[in-house]
Amino acid sequence: MQFINEMKMEFLSKSTNESFARVVAAAFVSQLDPTLEELADIKTAVSEAVTNAIIHGYENRNGYVRMHCRLFADSVEIIISDEGKGIEDINLARQPLYTSKPEMERSGMGFTVMESFMDSLEVESEPDKGTVVRMYKTFKSCSK
Amino acid sequence: MQVKFSSKGTTLIVSISGELDHHASDHIRQKVDGEMVKATTKNVVFDFSKVSFMDSSGIGVIIGRFKNIQKLNGKIAVVNPGVQIKKIFEMSGMLKIIPVYDDLDTAIKMINSIAQ
Repeated sequence: MQFINEMKMEFLSKSTNESFARVVAAAFVSQLDPTLEELADIKTAVSEAVTNAIIHGYENRNGYVRMHCRLFADSVEIIISDEGKGIEDINLARQPLYTSKPEMERSGMGFTVMESFMDSLEVESEPDKGTVVRMYKTFKSCSK
Repeated sequence: MQVKFSSKGTTLIVSISGELDHHASDHIRQKVDGEMVKATTKNVVFDFSKVSFMDSSGIGVIIGRFKNIQKLNGKIAVVNPGVQIKKIFEMSGMLKIIPVYDDLDTAIKMINSIAQ
């Protein structure tokens, strides 16, 4: 399937960039004229993925988080990646309420929120190489 | 993001405005914990009327405060979260342990009746 628009960006793993990334993703996706609820879903999923990259991937060290978005006629693909420490056990990490950082009061709901608000979620990771999170969503409001 | 405090009897009302993400959560956690150590606080009500965005970091903040106040036999309630935020509350199972009310007066009334 051919995409109609594409954007790539890279930003430092600072927590202030969590809001920057989700606002950029929402603004880019707005071209498809999704509903406010669909936009909120995108913002929340992007926020979770970027937060994971910053907290877990880089563990608050400096590194770059990449966001790559492709728009199709009625859907979006968003890829968030980092070159951080990676995830040893992806299935465990995706379990609802599982967190490797309970001392930071993380809820362990990041991947569950991404899965719930997007139509599909794929996670690839290699220890010490990094993590790639690929999410898709079709906008029902655009597919009529 | 801003946090404002007020109180009604022994109930601390925490009014958050703006976006509650990982970046904001450290600040909110410190502020609320600072207020909670005051001897007058027994229960805490989080007023979400002005929260425009929250991700799962917000769940961590609320559950964390819940655990702290539970040790002191206090209660926590949340008031007026938006639709998207309520979905995240439901997803996390938080609603099984922390009640959500439509308005502040009801929350304060209910939290005091449960606490007795």
